[in-house]
This record gives sequence, structure tokens and C-alpha cells, in this order.
Amino acid sequence: MSVDQDFGGELTGTTLWRDGWPVYDRGETVCVIGAGPSGLTAIKNLKEAGFGVDCYERETGVGGAWNWRHDRSPVYASTHLISSKPLTQFPDFPMPDEWPDYPHHALVLSYLERYADHFELRPHIWFGTEVVKVEPADNGRWDVTTRSTSKYGGAERIHRYAGVIVANGHNWSPKMPEYEGLDDYRGTVLHANAYKDSAQLRGRRVLVVGGGNTGCDIAVEAAQQAARCWHSTRRGYWYAPKYVLGRPTDQVNDQLLALRAPMRVRQWFAHRTLKLAVGDVTRFGLPKPDHKVYQSHPVVNSQLLYYVGHGGITPVPEIARFHRNSVELRDGRQIEPDLVVLATGYLPRFDFLEPELLGIDQRGKPTLYLHTFPRRHPTLAVAGLVQPDAGVFPLAHWQSVVFARYLRARQSAPQRAAEFGRRVEKEAAGTWHEGRTTDSTRHWFEVSHGLYLRELQRALDTLEGSR
Amino acid sequence: MTVSVLRLDEWAHPVAPVRREVLSATPELDEGRPPVLFVPGFGHGAWAYAEHWLEHTASRGFPAYAVSPRGHGASEASRKADLRAYAHDVVQVAASLPRKAVIAGHGAGALVVTHALARYPARAAVLLSPVLGGVSAALRNPGLVLPALFGGGLRLPANQLFSRELPAAAARAYAKRLGRASTRAQWQLLRGATPERAVGDPPVLVVGSPDDKIVSPAALKDAARAYGGAPLLFPGMGHDLMLDARWREPIDAILDWLEKSH
Repeated sequence: MSVDQDFGGELTGTTLWRDGWPVYDRGETVCVIGAGPSGLTAIKNLKEAGFGVDCYERETGVGGAWNWRHDRSPVYASTHLISSKPLTQFPDFPMPDEWPDYPHHALVLSYLERYADHFELRPHIWFGTEVVKVEPADNGRWDVTTRSTSKYGGAERIHRYAGVIVANGHNWSPKMPEYEGLDDYRGTVLHANAYKDSAQLRGRRVLVVGGGNTGCDIAVEAAQQAARCWHSTRRGYWYAPKYVLGRPTDQVNDQLLALRAPMRVRQWFAHRTLKLAVGDVTRFGLPKPDHKVYQSHPVVNSQLLYYVGHGGITPVPEIARFHRNSVELRDGRQIEPDLVVLATGYLPRFDFLEPELLGIDQRGKPTLYLHTFPRRHPTLAVAGLVQPDAGVFPLAHWQSVVFARYLRARQSAPQRAAEFGRRVEKEAAGTWHEGRTTDSTRHWFEVSHGLYLRELQRALDTLEGSR
Repeated sequence: MTVSVLRLDEWAHPVAPVRREVLSATPELDEGRPPVLFVPGFGHGAWAYAEHWLEHTASRGFPAYAVSPRGHGASEASRKADLRAYAHDVVQVAASLPRKAVIAGHGAGALVVTHALARYPARAAVLLSPVLGGVSAALRNPGLVLPALFGGGLRLPANQLFSRELPAAAARAYAKRLGRASTRAQWQLLRGATPERAVGDPPVLVVGSPDDKIVSPAALKDAARAYGGAPLLFPGMGHDLMLDARWREPIDAILDWLEKSH
């Protein structure tokens, strides 16, 4: 293996210039932004396809969001996977048999670290280096401006790459809702991003806002630790238990998918199963789900209803406004929490890219084929910008495999590359999701893993000419 | 067959975990060479490699490992195992090694390895006297296959496995240690189970003997051609290259090949 290590390309002698700054030409090397799960698998798959790879990571370790040491990491002490091992692991690097069905986040980090070591990815990663700007250069190449994140700073440097894959994650920039009176509220307000450990809840009177997986997890922890817990949700959800029929729920679901059961049949089965296993959630005082199962990202939580039933969690409607010492709810009730945890999600951010490169509209949503490939820029891709009803890792794996094949095909099989390019143009506004979802930012990147992976397979077959 | 992206059946029915036997020999000094994982053929166990090859591989600087697929050697019994379960055992061990591994499989273990290659991007692969299955391979060895058709094990007598150079007592002792693969896996072998394409495009070396009584020279050539090469042949040796009297020659050639290509 020969890793091209002459970082900077000073030896090439052909210095280019951009706005008065030298540009170091990295030739056919591809740039990966971020060393989280999606970035790591991009490095591995590009390397496997024979490309040189430089990866820039602003933190000092791998794992991205899954590395609790990182200041942008959203994991809290009790975070566990909500999809089971087979649907979560990379398709060519299984998690160990000895691990449980739903591993803890510390195991997931050790898995990612072992992945990086096993495939010798670390020599490709420039830690403590953040990407400031990514700009198109001629012939589909990219100028990437980087800078050190150390406290002593450092000069900016520009390198030119044959391709760029953006894997900067989408669960780190908090989405903060606006409420009337929030500024005058005397209690503590936290975004879930800053929630790390249940000790933060001990003895407090806690209001948890948000019915997603994080919101439900924190509500359960508050039920165990806090003096009081209210859980405010905007709409009704389906709460899928982690196990049905004694097996991980997602595996039972995939059994139906494997039988090619149509959506309606699966929905019917899921409604029956949930009725038996979970029952009527309105009996617990929760709002009735306003959608069918599979139409929205599933909330997987076996404990929420249990604690509601034991009085540990009081379900409440949306917040109307904040007062100095209390919170007013939509139904007129006033409650007096001293800690409000906003589990209201995250927004994607690509500060280093001009929005039109990813077709980002006024609301901030990119237009990407398979949430990965932008129109008109075949040498640019985004990895891991999906919210599947399964793990993200396998999807990110195949995204980078397809990207690597696409880059290769542009040289060796231009016809197939052109066919793929036409599909990108045509289908960039697609959804790859079975249900109609609301247009909330929460659902922008939702995909059904069955549909999504089938489309990725089609893309792969096109590029390999093996249909 | 291209590699499948959507593996609903595998996700819905993950292979059950079992206790696995893994034998190893590691070099005194880690010189950064890739680990080599050996997979025994049907009826054999990791012990077959522990006789000579593991130590020898380690002495040449390669960390060496051998796994007994479920139901073989000292691994947990598993009567209903299929090829996928065997390949799972191989991939689990390969992924647990510190660096990307080379995988070598013997006999029907080579078929297991070809299936494992579709689920793990090995650094390289070696197919030793490969029995890749299918009806024509079965017809060549009717005596071996006949009991398997009635639910028995494949019949593997000592004179089929070893050359005459191996002392008869040793040959009998080895033959005595043989077990059997599950009926289901044997049927899959007889029918022929074409694997999906290997991921990561690893170089593949086929090694065998023209005097192997189980694998014909033509079968060796076909296997090698499928991976774009020619077989490396060791005349005068029997099917069990790692146990036969001249076991040193093939393993040295394999390690030379690894040194050259990495």
C-alpha cells in the first residue's frame, strides 16, 4: 500500500493561485470532510476504489457525533442504538456476536475506532483541522480551504482536489424554537444537545419538549431521576417497542419487507401488533397519532408509556408561552418547571459551501439525488444526510461506494456515468420515503431503508453496467 | 452475481451467535504484516492448521489464526448450520483482527471463504484445493458423496486426503479426528451455491495438487480462471496440503506470494 503522504503537494512544483493565495494541487486525491461514521466509510471506500484520500476533522478523534468527548456530540450517558445490530452495522464489518441487540453509545464508538484501525484510515485524517471553504475550480475540481482548530490558530491553506465528499453530520446545530416570554423566564433552558447525564435532572422539576427519540429518552430519565416530569409533544406518535414477538422490532419488520408484503399489509400488521403490544396511547393521556405507522420516523421507546402509567411522566400539550416563573400550555394550564429541556432537533449546516452548490432552497433544504448527489456537480457529494428507519451506517457506506464508482466511471465508462448523471438531474427532488410526511425540518431527510437501498442498488448497477 | 445492497433476509434472520474456536500463533515481533486467517474444510477443524502451518506462518512474520466454523473442531455444535452461518463465523473472526486480514480456505472451506469475501473486504484470499461444489464436482467423487445423499457425512478416507509419503499411522490418526459438516451445508455444496462477487476486489490465489484425488486439475484451473489467474501446483501431494508430508512447500509459496503482492 502506498499512501501518498506528501501533504501539501509542495514537491509538485506547479503552484496554482487563487485570490493571491497558493493552491497545492493534490492531483486525483479526493477530500472527505469529517471523520464520523459517514466520513470514515467514505475514506475506506474511496481508498478501496484506488483513490488517494485526505480527510479533515475538526476534532482530535474519530467517531463524530458518537464520540462523547466531542463538544458537538449530541450523545448523553444513556444513549443506546434504536435500530438493532444487523440493520446498523456497516455491511462489510459486522459488530461482534458478543454484543447485545442494541449496543450502548460507548460500544458504537469503539466499533468506529476499530473500523478506523482495521482499515488503516487514520493516516488519511488530518485531525484538529477544520474546513473553512469549498469552492469549485476548473474541470470539476475543488479548492478546499482549511485551518487548524488549535487555540494558537494557524494560517489558512488551500488544496485542490478531484472530488469532495461532505460528511459533516446533521445532528449538531440545535434547532431552537421561539416562544413568547422565553427571555424573561427565570428557570434553566437547555437544548438536548447540552444534556449529557441524568445527574442534571436529579431533584429538578423538568419539562421535556419534543416527542422524538431523544425527547422520549430524556423524559424517561427524568421520570427516574427528577422530582417531577412533564413531557410536551406537538402531535401524536406511534411508540414502537424495541422488541415484539421476542425479537428486535426492526428485524420483524424486515421479515415482512423480505416477503415483499405491500405497504398496506405491513401497515395493517404493524397496527395490529402495536395494538396488542402497546395498546391505545390516548388512554395514557397522550395525543392520538395523526398519521399511520411508517409514515414518519419511528419513535422506538419501550419505557415511555410504562412511566406515564406509573405517574413518573405527565404528558402535556404544546407550550403556549413562558412566564417569569411558569410555563403556560396550549390548554391554558400553568406548570412550574425549573428546568426546560428542548429536544427539538437539529438543522443541517454547510457553512463552507455556497448554498446553490447543493441546491439549497430558501428554507435551507438541499436538493440532492438520494440525499447525496447534487445537480451539475458530479464530483461533489454529501454523505450520511439521511434519517432512515434503520441505521445510517449501511446507507452511508453505499452512498460512498456509489460516489467512488461514479468518479471512476467518469474516466473509464463515460456513457454509464452520463446515464447516472441524467438520473441525478431528473430525480434530485425525490423522497425515497413510503409515507407522505409533513414538511417539517424533522422529516426532510427521512427515508425508508427498503426503498432507499433498492434505489442505491439501481444506481450501482447502472455504474457497473450489470443490469 | 453482483453484491446485494438490500439484505432483508439476512437482517430479519441474523445468524445465531455460537462459541467459536480460534487458534493462533503470532510472531514475536510485530512487523506490520497482515494477519492470515485459515479456514478448514468440511469435517476438519482449526487443529488441521495448528499441526504445522500456524507456527510456520508466524515464524515468517505473519500473525496466523485458524477458526473452526460452528459444528467443527472445538466450536459449539450446530446441526442446522448453513453456508451463510459458516461464512458468518469467518467474517466475525476476520473483523475482530487488528488489521485487514488475508483469508485462506481449504477444500469446501474455500467455498465458505468465497461467500465470506462477499461480506468482508479481505486484503487477499487463498483457495487451497478448493471444492467449490456443484453437481459435476459431486459426480467426480461418487464414493465420497453417496453417504451425504442419505444424510450422512461426506466420506473422507485417509488415502484420498494424503499422499503415500505421509506415514500411514499419522494419516490414520488425522482421519480419525475428522468430523462432518451439517447436512444442510453439504446439500448446499452438492447443489452448488454461487457466491456474490467479492467486495473490495481482493487478489485471489488458487493452490492445489494435480494428484489430489478429490479436486481435479481441471477444477483447479477453472477456479483460478474465475479469479483471473493460474493455479499454483504442488505435484505429488494429497488433498490436505497442510497436513501432508511436504506441508512446508505450499505454505512457503503462499507467504512468498503475500510478501510480493503487499
